[in-house]
Amino acid sequence: MRKTSLTVILLASSALAGAAQAETVLTIESWRNDDLALWQEKIIPAFEAQNPDIKIKFSPSAPAEYNAALNAKLDAGSAGDLITCRPFDTSLGLYDAGHLADLSDLGGMANFSDVAKSAWQSDDGSATFCVPMASVIHGFIYNKDAFAELGLSVPTTEAEFFEVLGKIKEDGNYIPMAMGTNDQWEAATMGYNNVGPNYWKGEEGRLALIDGSQKLTDEAWVAPYRQLAKWGEYLGDGYEAQTYPDSQNLFTLGRAAVYPAGSWEISGFNNLADFEMGAFKPPVPNAGDDCYISDHTDIAIGMNAASPNAEAARTFLDWVGSEEFATIYANALPGFFSLSNFDVAMEDPLAQEFVSWRGECGSTIRSTYQILSRGTPNLENETWNASVQVIKGEESPEDAGKRLQDGLATWYAPHQ
Amino acid sequence: MGSSRIKWHIVVFLAPAVLVYSAVMVFPLFNTLRLALYTEVDQSRVFVGLDNFRTLFGDPLWSDAFWNALGNNFWFFFIHMLVQNPIGIVLAAMLSHPRLRFAAFYRSAIFIPTILSFVIVGFAWKLILSPIWGIAPDMLSAIGLKSLYAPWLGKEEYALTTLALVSVWQFIGIPMMLIYAALLSIPEEILEAAEVEGITGLAAFWKIKLPLILPSIGIISILTFVGNFNAFDLIYAAQGALAGPDFSTDILGTFMYRTFFGFQLQLGDPHMGSAIATGMFFIILAGVCMYLFLIQTRIRRYQF
Repeated sequence: MRKTSLTVILLASSALAGAAQAETVLTIESWRNDDLALWQEKIIPAFEAQNPDIKIKFSPSAPAEYNAALNAKLDAGSAGDLITCRPFDTSLGLYDAGHLADLSDLGGMANFSDVAKSAWQSDDGSATFCVPMASVIHGFIYNKDAFAELGLSVPTTEAEFFEVLGKIKEDGNYIPMAMGTNDQWEAATMGYNNVGPNYWKGEEGRLALIDGSQKLTDEAWVAPYRQLAKWGEYLGDGYEAQTYPDSQNLFTLGRAAVYPAGSWEISGFNNLADFEMGAFKPPVPNAGDDCYISDHTDIAIGMNAASPNAEAARTFLDWVGSEEFATIYANALPGFFSLSNFDVAMEDPLAQEFVSWRGECGSTIRSTYQILSRGTPNLENETWNASVQVIKGEESPEDAGKRLQDGLATWYAPHQ
Repeated sequence: MGSSRIKWHIVVFLAPAVLVYSAVMVFPLFNTLRLALYTEVDQSRVFVGLDNFRTLFGDPLWSDAFWNALGNNFWFFFIHMLVQNPIGIVLAAMLSHPRLRFAAFYRSAIFIPTILSFVIVGFAWKLILSPIWGIAPDMLSAIGLKSLYAPWLGKEEYALTTLALVSVWQFIGIPMMLIYAALLSIPEEILEAAEVEGITGLAAFWKIKLPLILPSIGIISILTFVGNFNAFDLIYAAQGALAGPDFSTDILGTFMYRTFFGFQLQLGDPHMGSAIATGMFFIILAGVCMYLFLIQTRIRRYQF
């Protein structure tokens, strides 16, 4: 009697173990809580259909808390198997600390260009630790109905841009531009790094700033602040206390005519706005100038080096590098453009408009992200603050440039 | 034999509380103090003595932020003391008035915000004061004072005071309850005796009741002090970790959070973060000691 029951227990436990083996569950850490439905309805089923023995769990946290929460979880050993990677130093820090595994030998990596991978490589380029997923492009989204109603055409130069804003303000029915300074980051990301590349000539200026041959007090880096200083009067009443969701709502409710944007807004706006939307690229300073856009490597995915399910995680990451993933992702999330070498067809007209600029203009990434935000004071966070102060007219463009340059020079050798 | 025997039941009953308290309060506290003496070099922890504090107070990049946060903390506390105590006393005095009807209802209504989460209070007030959807601008324009409206949370000169007032709104129930309890415990005989001597009305309040509730006000002040210098949640919920505009609402709690856990592209530095946390600990310790040894001992107490 005793013997049989023992056998039953053994059998049962081995059956359980078998079931556990057959179903590896991988957890994904991410800051994209907006994408929960997309992962659950499209990406995960597509992957699980091909790999029935691997189950994926997408567990996102709020964007602003992601880095802090992830670091704490990694240190405590409770983080998920797959880690969504921020670009550059945030992820490089995780790799250097041994939290992210080296994925250089992953098959799917062959489908990405060196530029696409550069945001998730060690400084010497020898190790790549995240599979690139998507980039976002900056520009302006506008209300086509409002533009038609006021007889406005899309501006291509800075002068035309302010003329358009002036006419909208004069008419009074629409807030010319929907952006607030309460959350600070929009001023830097959708303001400074949106219009800036046209002045510092994209990669040329960005790399010159990194090697120290240009300074933040140079005209090319102060001029974008000079443009931002003129934005304040077109932002609507009380923009000082207006938050990011406020601005999104103002635009999608049809109360504002222009929205300084990143392409990631497209899918959200498509669901909310009941007017036709168009997009224009950041206006160039003078007619005929070459144009540059911020085509920022934004999101990738890597593997927790401490994951017990490394084999399954690599299978998934390999699939993230495939054409199937690129097509699902780019179409389910219009505005997140694939970084892979595949020619991904997209259906959304607004997304097509954004991606068409890649052919006309030089591409660059946000100026503060690579290397320059490694020290204290942190250049990216300082740029948020400076952009807000300049828009509110509390700091002059020249003073802002000088303050950032002084801060950078305290710790960055090429500027000393 | 009897007197030297260990009273095991005392040990057994104290053990759970002592163990839990040591594990979740005492150990982390001392570990934080210890962490402040280290720094990280090439992925390994190195002992550096007081270097972190030298950076915090000597390097203008850090010390400016620290003094700004400390100054804001004192202003936050000052507004609390200035607004919360008088209003608390007035509310308690009105509630203890014997002829007030629905006293229980008012008491509960005023106390309810205290049990709300900071996050709810932060978001609710952010919406109320919002220049776009808020009811504050509409209410002001209904009484013809629209010109007084400003986007308070977005203006450097008003933001911190506004948040301090929101915090007072949330916690006004606590001073009110403590003072109310103190007022109720004053024996009728004393008031009657005073009345016989000709001290009534306001005079009775100033000369009899106020001195008797002073110890309660002392307790409230020290609780407010500790609460304010540990504050973080409300600022974080309303203004985010960068405590805008231009760090005008940055208090020690948000400064510590940003440093310890990092923010956006800024990586977390647990060692500098611990140094700030240690600073906060000693500031609060100094405040509490000052209260205990200088004020508490001088307040006169009356036994009835």
